[in-house]
Amino acid sequence: MLHIHQLSGGYLEVPVVKDVSFEVQKGEMLGILGPNGSGKSTLLKVISGILPARTGSITLNGAAIETFSTKELARQMAVLPQLHAHAFTHSVRETVSLGRYPHQTGWFSSWSAEDEAAVVEAMKLTDVLKYEHTSLDQLSGGEQQRVFVAQASAQQAPLLLLDEPTNHLDIAHQTQLLDTIKKQCIEKGMTIISVFHDINLASLYCDRLLLMENGSIKHLGEPHVVIKDQQIENVYKARVSTHPHPEQPKPQITLMPNVQKLQTDFWVNKSNFRIEDEYVLLQSAHPLKTVSSAVVNAGSGWYRTFINRCVPPTYDHENIAADMFSYLQTHGFIPTDTVGMMTAISPSNVEIADYPMEFGSITIAVTAGVGNAIDVSKSFEQDRQAPVGTINTWIIINGNLSEEAFIQAMITATEAKTKALYEQQILDPFTGTLATGTPTDSLLVAATQQGQSYPYAGPVTELGKVIGRGVFECTVKAIQKTQSSTA
Amino acid sequence: MSKKILAYFVSIIALIVSIGFGVTVGTVAIPISTLWNSSADAGAANILWNIRMPRVVLAGMVGASLAIAGAAFQGLLKNPLADPYTLGISSGASVGAVITLFFSISIPFLGIFTLPVFSMLGAFLTMLGVIGFAKLVDRSMKMETIILTGIIFSSFLGSIISLMIALTGEELRQIIGWLLGSVSMRGWDYVNMALPFMIIGSILMWVSRRELNAMLFGEERAKHLGVNVKQRKMMILIGGSMVTGAAVAVSGTIGFVGLVVPHIVRLLWGADHRHVLPLSLVNGATLLIVCDLVSRTIISPTELPIGVITAFIGAPVFAFIFFNQRRTGGM
Repeated sequence: MLHIHQLSGGYLEVPVVKDVSFEVQKGEMLGILGPNGSGKSTLLKVISGILPARTGSITLNGAAIETFSTKELARQMAVLPQLHAHAFTHSVRETVSLGRYPHQTGWFSSWSAEDEAAVVEAMKLTDVLKYEHTSLDQLSGGEQQRVFVAQASAQQAPLLLLDEPTNHLDIAHQTQLLDTIKKQCIEKGMTIISVFHDINLASLYCDRLLLMENGSIKHLGEPHVVIKDQQIENVYKARVSTHPHPEQPKPQITLMPNVQKLQTDFWVNKSNFRIEDEYVLLQSAHPLKTVSSAVVNAGSGWYRTFINRCVPPTYDHENIAADMFSYLQTHGFIPTDTVGMMTAISPSNVEIADYPMEFGSITIAVTAGVGNAIDVSKSFEQDRQAPVGTINTWIIINGNLSEEAFIQAMITATEAKTKALYEQQILDPFTGTLATGTPTDSLLVAATQQGQSYPYAGPVTELGKVIGRGVFECTVKAIQKTQSSTA
Repeated sequence: MSKKILAYFVSIIALIVSIGFGVTVGTVAIPISTLWNSSADAGAANILWNIRMPRVVLAGMVGASLAIAGAAFQGLLKNPLADPYTLGISSGASVGAVITLFFSISIPFLGIFTLPVFSMLGAFLTMLGVIGFAKLVDRSMKMETIILTGIIFSSFLGSIISLMIALTGEELRQIIGWLLGSVSMRGWDYVNMALPFMIIGSILMWVSRRELNAMLFGEERAKHLGVNVKQRKMMILIGGSMVTGAAVAVSGTIGFVGLVVPHIVRLLWGADHRHVLPLSLVNGATLLIVCDLVSRTIISPTELPIGVITAFIGAPVFAFIFFNQRRTGGM
């Protein structure tokens, strides 16, 4: 569709865009990214013919772009600029109708049925038909931008160039606008090149990204090729971290502020735990980065309060999570800042212990009921109801863990727990084989993310060794406590 | 669409009525029937056809020219205060006209068209000067920059005219009256002298009506929409200079018509140039016919210069537009 070959150009003697080459295929959406002054808007202006190209060539559908007349080019390429203020205002319909200009010829050219259909369709597409007769200056910025999208759309050009189309729009309008544009890309095979300020939006909507630095292409490719921590940091000179989008197979970035050391150093150990009648409570001074399989706030997040709530063996609730949520509220905990687990084991039977390491330390808390022990390798033979008795394991780490370390810590802890059951010769009552756990075990790994870094937590690492030993010891003791209290 | 048809209907009726009053009202009241009654009083018919009618037609032509030029300039420069007078283009045309009279220039080939042609040249060169200088001062060509540049050029050109008048003494006494702006005692010759240029100039602007609509969104945007901006700009500037030059050549400097009329037209019927241009043309004619009628009857038998009346209406409108634009942040 569009071939750019060794293109240089810009405002003055020194070219802003230097030796840029790329191609865009039909139906593709290409996002141009780059820090301020990297030449992304200038590149768009050179392509659209507003600024002259000094060297290089632009080929549109096989023909050099200079060979098109202004009108011919407008039939092939629509451009959506950034918002501007206007001295006089047209009505919405008049504005959108201007998009048909390149399709009209002669001095007295009349308005054809085709023109009318294109204008109405464009207004419908962008949902501005209801403002048809309203003056442009009476619309909000977002509505005005949609009118200009309609204008460009009425132009019915197969190539659309956009310059920061979501500038000044709130998030609802941003997604609405880009959804509308993307829809044309998918349904009509429209080709789109857009300059983006927002890396995450560009990643979400574009098929490929072009990252510019100082007027040249730094990276070009699918979003996962371009949006990488180091590459973005090098070009934008800002600390970022990438992570996957929760719904789309696209990377997103998060800014990393450089002021994170403002919070004071803190330490979590056994003294932060409180054992009440109904629950075991851990209250941390600052949020801990947590990964857990709890009832409330499972998954990963940052939390300060941790509750292991004891419910009677007969506890049965339709919606356990909702009940837990209201339990937290009625007991004065903030549900959005609290990880909540449940157990039938009395808080008095919890085993809590501190384990020092060379620089950091860990604290382990376990409540263990094995009345419902199960051999996981034989669980497919069974159909259990109303499980009572569960092993809840908490590992609190004074240290800075990587993502891998969190996952390895969970594996290590689970293996240690199983070894403890083996040590205690806990049997699956149904199969008579050695149990590996209970059907409802929960695990929580939380870290202060301060001090010593622990990139790994496998069995032979310092952290893994402490977890393995600690979880094993605490689980054994917790089982013994529970067994002796019920005996 | 019916609203637009009504707009044209009302405008044309107003024009016809104003012509009717223009030819009948005066120191000598002439019955309207003289227009079509061949057996009417010969004296009255003479006044009507040889004195009042050319005057009314000339006023209408000048008003139409200045109004359509104002509308086109405002669209082109995206500047609601632009008008041949505020831009200094009328002064440029005056200089062209005064030079022609001062040096008694008569180019054989042009004949009676020498005066309007020189006026147009003066107008066109001044326009290029004003726009060029304003662009040099401020690339974005803010409203105020253009108007200030217009004032600078007007003042300078005005001093040149004063100098030429001072140098000639008695001979160009008539020029002073002419400079204040008047359509009186011109006769049909002047109508013939100006009409061709006004028609060609108006057509040049009218064929660019859709391009003017696009250019309201800025030259870049217009280019993206497929407008050949350079060519259209030149057409509009030449068309505007032609009608302004021709109008100044026959009537002197009459201010604010090009400001007031397009503004009211936009206010009533919207900013679409496909209608703003023709409606300004018709209503500009009406306004100046009415102003001329007022100027010669209000303190009769003394005649006020017509420019006094237009400025009396125009200056407050100018102030109002300026106030509005600054308050709403339109520019």
